[in-house]
Amino acid sequence: MSSLLIRGAKPYGEGEPVDILVRDGVIAAIEPKIDHDADEVLDAGGLVALPGFVDLHTHLREPGREDTETIETGSRAAALGGYTAVFAMANTDPVADNAVVVEHVWRRGREVGLVDVHPVGAVTVGLKGERLAELGTMARSAAGVRVFSDDGLCVADPLIMRRALEYTKALDAVVAQHAEEPRLTVGAQAHEGELAARLGLAGWPAVAEESIVARDCLLARHVGARLHVCHVSTAGTADVLRWAKARGTTVSAEVTPHHLLLDDSRLSTYDPVNKVNPPLRTSTDAAALRAALADGTVDCVATDHAPHAAQDKDCEWSAARPGMLGLQTALPIVVQTMVGPGLLDWRGVARVMSERPAEIAGLADHGRPIAVGEPATLALVDPAGRWTVRGADLASVAANTPYEGMELPGVVVATLLRGALTARDGKATK
Amino acid sequence: MKHLLGTEGLDRDTALAVLDTSDGLKRTLLGREVRKLPTLRGRTVITMFYENSTRTRVSFEIAGKWMSADVVNVSAGGSSVSKGESLRDTALTLAAAGADCVIVRHPASGAAHRLAGWLAEAGTSVVNAGDGTHEHPTQALLDAATLRDRLGDLAGKRIGVVGDVLHSRVARSNVHLLTTLGAEVVLIAPPTLLPTGVAGWPVGAGGSLVVTHELDAELPGLDAVMMLRVQAERMHGGFFPSAREYAIAYGLNANRLSLLPAHAPVLHPGPMLRGMEISAAVADSPRAAITQQVTNGVHVRMAVLYHLLAGEEDQS
Repeated sequence: MSSLLIRGAKPYGEGEPVDILVRDGVIAAIEPKIDHDADEVLDAGGLVALPGFVDLHTHLREPGREDTETIETGSRAAALGGYTAVFAMANTDPVADNAVVVEHVWRRGREVGLVDVHPVGAVTVGLKGERLAELGTMARSAAGVRVFSDDGLCVADPLIMRRALEYTKALDAVVAQHAEEPRLTVGAQAHEGELAARLGLAGWPAVAEESIVARDCLLARHVGARLHVCHVSTAGTADVLRWAKARGTTVSAEVTPHHLLLDDSRLSTYDPVNKVNPPLRTSTDAAALRAALADGTVDCVATDHAPHAAQDKDCEWSAARPGMLGLQTALPIVVQTMVGPGLLDWRGVARVMSERPAEIAGLADHGRPIAVGEPATLALVDPAGRWTVRGADLASVAANTPYEGMELPGVVVATLLRGALTARDGKATK
Repeated sequence: MKHLLGTEGLDRDTALAVLDTSDGLKRTLLGREVRKLPTLRGRTVITMFYENSTRTRVSFEIAGKWMSADVVNVSAGGSSVSKGESLRDTALTLAAAGADCVIVRHPASGAAHRLAGWLAEAGTSVVNAGDGTHEHPTQALLDAATLRDRLGDLAGKRIGVVGDVLHSRVARSNVHLLTTLGAEVVLIAPPTLLPTGVAGWPVGAGGSLVVTHELDAELPGLDAVMMLRVQAERMHGGFFPSAREYAIAYGLNANRLSLLPAHAPVLHPGPMLRGMEISAAVADSPRAAITQQVTNGVHVRMAVLYHLLAGEEDQS
C-alpha cells in the first residue's frame, strides 16, 4: 500500500488547484485540500495535470541499432517527455514482423518499466510490401499487437493494402500507413518546391502523400476497416482527411511536432539534422496542419522519434538518414505552436497527446480521465517554464535534434505511470 | 573571398573582379612561351573528384600549376574514398596534411557547403567544382568570360539556356551569375526538364529570368544561346519520349542557327552529345565558342585561386 500526494495541481489547467491522492496506482481522492500522511508528497503548485501522453510513433531502434537508442534509453526519453505509453515501430533489425521479435520488445519494455512499450508489428514480411506478415500471431502473442505498420516504407501495392485492412478487422487492430507513393519519390530528398529545386535536392512532392491517403481512405471505406495515417505533412492531406471523415470513413491521423513547427526554409544550410521523411514542408502546410489538429481533422500528435548516429547525420545531405529526436521536445512544441497561439487549451492537449492516441491504439488504461478510481497515469507540466534544448543533454543515445539551442515553453516536471514516478525534475527514476 | 561555393549570392563587384583578373591573366600569358606565374608558390591545392570529369579536373590542375601552386589530385577510385571513409574525414585529413584549398566535385548537392563548414576551423578554402544538381560556379564564370569576349558588357543582353535545366548545375549557376551581371536569362525546355517554381527564383538585381518551352520563337531575340547536355538516360525517367523527338524540338541544328542573330555565339559546357542537343555542323561552326570556353576556363580558375589564396596584400 503505497501512497503519493500531489499538492496544488490544476487538472487540465482548469479551475482552482487541487490535491490528488494516489494510492496503489489509482487516484484515490481529488479534493481542494487533502490532509493525509502520504509516503511521498509532490509539490505541484502552478502545474497542469494531464493524462500521461501516448506516442503512436516511436523508433526505439532495439534490436539492431543500439548505438543510437535502446528500449531503456528511449523509455527514459519518453518518461522525461511526459509519455506513459509508446508504440515502437517495426523497422528494427531484425524487423518486428513476427511474434518472437514483438514479444522481445514488449518484454524489454516491461523490464525497464518506465513506460508501456507496445511493439508495432510489420504489415508485410521484412517490410518488403509483398506478402502479409503473421498479423494474427503477433496480435495473439504476449505483446498483443494492435497497431501494424511498415513505417519508413509505404504499403504501396493496393491489393496488399486492401488485404491488410480487411484482415486486421478480425484482430481489432489498425493499419498505420506511411503514405509515400514510391514511384513519385524515387531519389527524393526534400519537399518538392521552389527552394529544394534551387538547392538541387530531388523533390518529394506533396501529391505522393496525398494520393496514397486518398486511395487508402477509399480502400478502408470499401472494406469497412479502420485506417490510421502516419505523420501527415501537407495541407492537401488535411483536405483529403476532412473529405473522407465527412463521408464516414473510419480514418485517424497523426501529425509530428516538427511538421507543426518547422518548414523547408531550413534546407538552405544543407544540414541533414533537418532531413526527415516525410520532409519538412512549406510554412503554409505547417499552418494548415496546426488548424487541422485544432479542429480534429488530424486526431493526434505523434513524435516519429527517430534517433540516428552522428556519422549518419554529419555527412552530405543525400547520404544522411532521415529522422529526428522527438520524445522530449514534443509537448513544448505543442505548447509553442498550439497552446500559445490559442489553437488548443490544455483539455485539447490532453485529447491530442493522450486520449485520442490511446483510443486509436485500443489502450484501455491510458488516456483516462483525471478522476477518482482512474489509474494515476499522469504528466505534470509547468506551463510557465522554459528550457533550452541541448541534444547532448537529451536521454537518447543519439543527439540528432533540429531544436539545438532553441528555447521552448512548457516543462514536464513529473510523469507517473500507474502511480509510480517515472520522471521527476528532469531525471528519469530508473 | 574565402570560398567559392556558388554564384547564388556572389555579389556583382566580386564577380566582376574575378572576371577582370581572368582577362588580365589571359593578356599576361598570351603568346608567352613559359606560361607560369609565381603567384601561388608554396600554396597547396588539392582536387577531390567524386565524379569523373576530365575537363574540369584538368582545367583546375593546369590553373593551379600555371600559378605555381602545388596541385595534388585525389580521385574517388584509388583512395580511402572508395573504402567508405566519410567525406568529412577525408576533408579533415587533407586539410591536416596541409591543403590551403580543396576543390571538390561531388554527386551530392550541398557537398561543398558541408565541406566549408567542416573546414572552417582549419581555414582551408573550398571551391565547388560541381555539387550534384546544385551549382558549378567556375563553369558559369568561364561562360560569362566567354560571353564578355564576344558581346562586351552583359547588362541588358538576352542569353538563352536550352535543355535539361532540372538536372543542370551549370544552368543554376548561370541563372544567378548572368542575372547578377545584368543579363536577361531565358530558360528554354520542355516542362518536364524545368525545376519546380523556377519562374519565381530570386535572381540578381538588374537582371531578369524568363521561362519558356518554345526554342524557335526565342532564337531571333537572343544575344547568345547556351545548349545544355541532355543525357539519353533521362528518357528512362520519362522526361521526354525519345532522343529523336527531343532533337526535333530542342536540338540546335544549322537551320535553327540561321534564326539566331549573326552576333550571337553558341556555348556548350561539354561534353557534347552531337546529334542530340547540338548538331555536328553547329558544334564545329565559327559561331560555336566551345573551345574558347575551355581556354577561358583555365584563366577563370587561375583568377579564382588567386582571389582565394593570394590574400589582400597581394591584390593591391
